[in-house]
This record gives sequence, C-alpha cells and structure tokens, in this order.
Amino acid sequence: MSLLSVRDLTVKFASRDGAMAALNGISFDLARGERLGIVGESGAGKSITGFALMNLLSKPGFIDGGEILFEGEDVTQMSPKQVRDMRGNRMAMIFQDPMVTLNPVLTIGQQMVETLRAHRNLSFEEARQIALVKLKEVYIPSPDERLDQYPHELSGGMRQRIIIAMALLLDPKLIIADEPTTALDVTIQADIMELLLEMCQSNQVGLILITHDLGVVSQVTERTMVMYAGRIIETGATRSIINDPQHPYTQGLINALPQQTPPGQRLKQIPGAMPTLSAMPTGCPFHTRCAHVTDECKRTAPEVSQFGDTAVACHEVHRLQRDLPKEVAQ
Amino acid sequence: MSNSTFDTGTPPLATPSRLSLMWNSNIGYSFRRNPVAIISMVVFWLITLAAFFAPVLAPYNPYDPSQIDILNSEYPPVWIDGSLPEFSLGTDDQGRDLLSTILYGTRLSIIIGLCAVALQAFLGISIGLISGYVGGRTDSLLMRLADIQLSFSTLMVAIIFLAITQALFGSEVFSRYAVLFLVGVIGVAEWPQYARTVRATVLAEKKKEYVDAARVMGFGPMRIMVRHILPNSLSPIFVISTVQVANAIISEASLSFLGLGMPPNQPSLGSLISSGFDYIFSGSWWITAIPGLVLVVLVLVINLLGDWMRDVLNPKLYKG
Repeated sequence: MSLLSVRDLTVKFASRDGAMAALNGISFDLARGERLGIVGESGAGKSITGFALMNLLSKPGFIDGGEILFEGEDVTQMSPKQVRDMRGNRMAMIFQDPMVTLNPVLTIGQQMVETLRAHRNLSFEEARQIALVKLKEVYIPSPDERLDQYPHELSGGMRQRIIIAMALLLDPKLIIADEPTTALDVTIQADIMELLLEMCQSNQVGLILITHDLGVVSQVTERTMVMYAGRIIETGATRSIINDPQHPYTQGLINALPQQTPPGQRLKQIPGAMPTLSAMPTGCPFHTRCAHVTDECKRTAPEVSQFGDTAVACHEVHRLQRDLPKEVAQ
Repeated sequence: MSNSTFDTGTPPLATPSRLSLMWNSNIGYSFRRNPVAIISMVVFWLITLAAFFAPVLAPYNPYDPSQIDILNSEYPPVWIDGSLPEFSLGTDDQGRDLLSTILYGTRLSIIIGLCAVALQAFLGISIGLISGYVGGRTDSLLMRLADIQLSFSTLMVAIIFLAITQALFGSEVFSRYAVLFLVGVIGVAEWPQYARTVRATVLAEKKKEYVDAARVMGFGPMRIMVRHILPNSLSPIFVISTVQVANAIISEASLSFLGLGMPPNQPSLGSLISSGFDYIFSGSWWITAIPGLVLVVLVLVINLLGDWMRDVLNPKLYKG
C-alpha cells in the first residue's frame, strides 16, 4: 500500500463569478520513503496541492472533490480533531521563509517542547531532551544554547535547520516542503537540500518537494511531477524528465535554465504567461503558448498516457508516439 | 585583574539579568533619553507607593471613627494662619486629617482603576481574539455588540446601573459593595476599546506564516490564539491599558463626585472632592483643591507614560 494516494483531487476558489478550479482532478501516488518533486511556474497549483494534502486550505479555497488517502485514511473526510492529530505528527510541512515561520516571541526550545507535548504525553524535561537530540541531528552547533535563544538571534540557514528539526520532531511519515530554500542564500541552499535529503533517507520519511528549481529537484527527488494550470502534464522518474522531457512545457522549462544558454545571449523563455483561472482557454491549457499547437489542442484537453517511465498529457506527443513507428517502418 | 574588560578570551558566563536587558533595550534607551517619561515615571511611582503604603505612612487612619474628632473639622493646611501643626494638609469637614484621607483615597482610586482595567482587558481581549481569529458571523455579531456598547457613553451606563442598584439594595448594602459595583460597571462599559484593538491586531497577525506553521504542527485554535497570537499582539494592549487606567480613575472619580461611587466614610479621591465641594464657598477650598490636584497629576502622568509607550512600541518607528 502506498503512503499517499491522491485521486481526482479538485480544489476550487469561490469568487464573485462562481467557483473557479485551481486544481483540476489531479491524481498521484507516493510510496513509503519516496521523494517526489512538484515543479511548475508560479500559479500552477503546486502550493495549493501541498496545502490541500494537509487539509489546510482557507477561505475562499475548498476541496471540491476527489480523495486524499494518507495511510489508508481519507484526509478530506477527517474530523477537525483527527486532522489536528495528523498534522505535525504524521505529516509535517516546511515553509518557504524561515524568517517568518518561527514564532518571534517564543524561544526555539519553547516551540519545540510545545510541539512535542501537544502530541505526546511527555514531561517538560523529556521533551527538551528529544528536542536536543533532533537539533544535534540537523548539525546545529551547541544545541543546548540554541534552545534558549529567540528566532531573531539566529541566521536564516540556522532557522531553516531548526524548522527541519521541528518537522522531524514527531517522526512523521511524510514531509511537504514548500520551496524550502527559495528565501535562503545560494551557498546555504545546497546545504539545506543535502540535509533534507539525508534526513529523509535516514528516517525513511516520504518527501514532497515543491519548487521551481529543477536543479534542486534533480538532486533530491526520485520522481518528478510537472504541473501547469492546475493539472499534472508530465510525471515520471526525475532522470527521464530532466534528460528527456516529452511535454513542450517541460522542454520549455528546461531550455529556460540559464545553463542552457551560452553567455551573452538572451535566455530562452517560454513566450506568454500562465492563463488566469477566470480566463482558462479551451482544450489544452498550454496551447496558447505552445509551438506545436494544432486544431485538436484547441478543441479537446489531452488525456494522460504512459510512455515508458513517464506519463504525458499532450496531443503532439501522443501523435508522435503513434505515428513514429509507422514512419520508421516506411 | 582576572575580570578586567580586556579579558575577551572567555565569553561572559553570567547571563545578564532581565532588568539589565530591559535597561539596555530600545525601550530602556528611549526612556533614558526622554525627561518627560522619567519625571512621569518617578511621580507615578511616588504617588502609587505612597498610596499603597498609606497604612504605614499616614499619620491617622481615616476609617477609624475613634481617631476622628468633629471638633477638628475644617482646619486649613499648615502654611495658612489658624492651622494646627498635626494636620499638615488641614482637615476636611468631618475632622479627618486630609493627608491621610488623600493617601487612603488614592489607594482606593488606583485599586478600582486597575481592577476595572483588568476586567476590561479580560473581556476585551477574549472577545477580540475570538472575533479576529474565528471571523465570519461570530466576528460580525461580536463587533456589532461592541458598536452598540460604544454608542452608550460609559458614564451614562454607569450612572443608570449604579442608580438602579443603589435603589434596589439600599445605600447600606451598596456602600459595603461599592468597590465591586464600580469595578464591574467601569469594566463592562469599556471592553469594546480592547476588543477592537485586539481584533485589529489579530487580523494582521493571523495572516503571518508562523500561524500557518502552528496549524501545521497540529495545534488547536485555543492554543494558537492564546499562546501564539496573543503574545505577538501585546504592544497595542500595553498602550491602550495605560490610557484606560487613567480613564477608569477619572470615571470612578466622576461617579463618586456624583454620589454614585464610594460612600463618604470610605472616600476615594472623587468622593473627597465631592464632599469638599459643599464647603468651597465657605472658604475651605483645600478639601476640594488638594485631592483634585492629586487626581489631575496622577491621571496626567499616566497619560504621559502612555504617550511615551505608544511612541516606543510603534513598530513603524524602529522596525523599518
């Protein structure tokens, strides 16, 4: 049984013009200890996916349909008490900016002890000991002193380490990391990613890494899911996605990497911008920006089909896969 | 010379005390540079300490009928001809030593003010937190209640309430529980001030990521409100508290002046001013003027301290 199984998850946002879908029936699975990357432009629905998994959507967003099976239980059907029990305990989340994620008026120790004691029946001393061990695990120097410091006394990298330690406090089965390194210095980014990878591997924790940095994804994850306009358009082993992207959007993303362009030339960006929720085009949502657009793309949305170790939603890829063997035969 | 200032090789082992931390913080610095704040603080503590040590400091006990002699009534303060040396600020119409009565009365006024503000704060903070955090219909309902409460003037509510209770229980019972009635009515009448301020801060704090992080940790709404959002909303609460203490003392004095507050045998500043008011035209001005001066100074220094605190705690001034 997989750790997490998402089926046809639809998230909508209520607005003046009716509910608009931010997630359009996405489905994916995550095995125990597996590391999955979710990439895509801003507004593709990456973070919404993360929040929905935690049942943390706040108004006007709401889950409109589908199910999220986490260890066999449907998160969307849980009572508030069950949800609180799950959060932090079995499923933890790491946010983007460590500068604002820690409560500024409580010491690191207070926050860690509070988290532990909210879920486990521990004395103050026991909780503090566990916190100390976890801080050591994430290579915090002199953890004993850190416990009595306030967040503003620590650097950004240090804080993100502490946040990782806090996420691991209760030995969760799954960590959702929402762009955990975007707000950090480039030099520290690699350290933090390495730490996250090490922690997940040594504790057999599943990881969903939400990012728009393909470099980070290739470093850390085993599988990658590319999202566009609230849909999954390509998913597969990270290696195949990076080395042999099928969907024109994924190809565009990889071509847009600065390393793909010789110095002095303009970066190869994908023309246009992601459609807004209220002005979603018919057919394939990407057809307005796609170089291979056909009439079929404008009419119908492509289905996801499996080719080798990747699954792609693109008419052009489907056609090539269908016709290429014939052409080769001729 | 092992502890000389040049000995930088070893880190200081003793952590600085909370008091010295406070003295060296932003607040301490701005306090030291602000003569008005220093003077206000000194005067405030002088009055407060003198009032709270009234049983020790006061030469007489104005609550003890055996120490009061009606024949001593209306002696002027010592610097005026015809005074008695044992009554430094003179005596009032019942022959009580004015200095002792003022000390005891100030104590009563400050206690009523602080308790009333504590009640206001408790009601207002709870309602404001719930209103801001829960939002939606609860918020609308509570805030409309606050609007309704605010559309009655505090004094009007208090006068009606106290007049009715006085008529209902008789002045005997009323004077025994006057302190409680005053605290209750001033406390209940002013809670919307707190509720509105707290709600506004909670709305701003609620959007910050540490609240999301707390929810992700699986904390319940009660814990998030009290332990995470409330401590982050304290600075406006401090500022409003000082102003409210001053207001509560004034309200108490006004009610007592109108005869709806403390009875004449347990005078607060207000009832002392009121009882002296009958004699002001017969020449005994000091019975009204001296307690009045104490009241004005007390309220003034509290308000000045509040002003200073508002400037210091305003995040726009130092957080950039």
